[in-house]
Amino acid sequence: MEFSYYPGCSLESSAKEYNQSAMAVAKALGITLNEIEDWVCCGATSAHSTNHKLSYALPAINISLAQNAGNDIVVPCASCYSRLKKTDLLLRNNPEERKEIEDIADFNYEGKLEIVSVLELFAKKLPKEELKSKVKKNLSGLKLACYYGCLTVRPPEICFENPENPDSMDTVMKAIGAEPVRWSYKTECCGASLSLTATGTVNKMVARIVDMAAEAGANAIVTACPLCQMNLEVRRNESNSNMPVFYFTELIALALGIPECKDWFAKHIVDPRQLLKSLSLI
Amino acid sequence: MQSNQAVGNTSSLIEEIIDKSGQPIELCFQCQKCAAGCSMGRFTDYSPNQIIRLIQHGLIDKVLDSNMIWLCSSCEICGARCPNGINMAEVMDCLKAMAISKNIVSVKNVKKFHDSFLGSVKLNGRVHEATMMMTYKIKTMDLFSDIDLGMKMFVKGKLHILPKRTKDRARLSRVFTRTANKQK
Ligand code: SF4
Ligand code: SF4
Repeated sequence: MEFSYYPGCSLESSAKEYNQSAMAVAKALGITLNEIEDWVCCGATSAHSTNHKLSYALPAINISLAQNAGNDIVVPCASCYSRLKKTDLLLRNNPEERKEIEDIADFNYEGKLEIVSVLELFAKKLPKEELKSKVKKNLSGLKLACYYGCLTVRPPEICFENPENPDSMDTVMKAIGAEPVRWSYKTECCGASLSLTATGTVNKMVARIVDMAAEAGANAIVTACPLCQMNLEVRRNESNSNMPVFYFTELIALALGIPECKDWFAKHIVDPRQLLKSLSLI
Repeated sequence: MQSNQAVGNTSSLIEEIIDKSGQPIELCFQCQKCAAGCSMGRFTDYSPNQIIRLIQHGLIDKVLDSNMIWLCSSCEICGARCPNGINMAEVMDCLKAMAISKNIVSVKNVKKFHDSFLGSVKLNGRVHEATMMMTYKIKTMDLFSDIDLGMKMFVKGKLHILPKRTKDRARLSRVFTRTANKQK
């Protein structure tokens, strides 16, 4: 399988370990990810909050760059995924706006590519047994609260599974031997980009999520979004929990025996190494 | 902005918002499913259904002055659950644009954050987290919060001194020029 790959800005900086783990896992599973040459920022919340056209024109540039290669686009960041997927749907279904965006971004939309989240890639596109058969270390004993957040599941038209009760991450975590817990905060909002602007509010939202994960018996949370991961680590002042927060790709890498995962774990603000050691996983 | 009076023609206001947001707000029957699930409702002056009610009464000043339109996290829970297919996240975006064009920004930090973020994109093609955060902090004169966090991230190699820039900045600047001042 070969895809174009859109890392997005966070994955070059604060969420490096998500980028590196997604690429390493793909490679180990025989999936080729080619980074889109000269990609631009998707505009994220700031573009759609203040400038409707810009919020579609920026992702459109990236779609146009990927059209040349002709492969579907894999996106790890939930926010980038949402912007690219929404743009693709608009260009596909709204001829009037398509014309306008094409003129703004100087390209012709072909509509041949699919926008795929990294979660969907490993959970749905990859044949079921493929991942299981490559597991070197079962992550048994690791009780996980799989946290999906908002932007891979909503709006429902961009979601590849049940938006109210997604289970793709749970399935992947089970395949590598971990034990997902049942909890009802899977798709709550972490406060997203309000983290910097309404920090007190976000502290409250995050504490509730972390505490609910603890109450459900989890010893770690696992995410597929750089903003969720960051907020859950750094905006939990109102919780007493020191529960680590992983990217789901890091845990797959651990199970596949990819040695670099130790470097990624060292980058976390909430250090997960003690937990992993206590379970004899590192 | 304390006016409680309906401003202008209510039905043309509703039409304008339907047109700009693409959301059928005229269908709202106040079931409050959006409010029940709203991620931010605990922290805001109005709930999403109340915002619609205010629009239906033509009380646009109250709407544009509300902190809800800026504190909406775009979690899209409201849209996923509304029985009438109204996505309030889209309506909130449209209302923010109206507020900006009228120069009424009730939660200034949020607007300053978006400006800092898009400023970085305009300059580099990509967001440079370190300078974006610094710009935001200078704009809001909030220089000292999160310093510890910034240091930790820097030590862990998560913040870079120099931005990564896209090469085709001519195309980028055309896109910014062509979308400037376009509403809807
Ligand atoms: S869920 Fe929809 S119909 Fe019900 S109050 Fe909210 S916007 Fe109105
Ligand atoms: S998108 Fe905004 S209005 Fe809708 S539920 Fe989320 S925070 Fe509330």
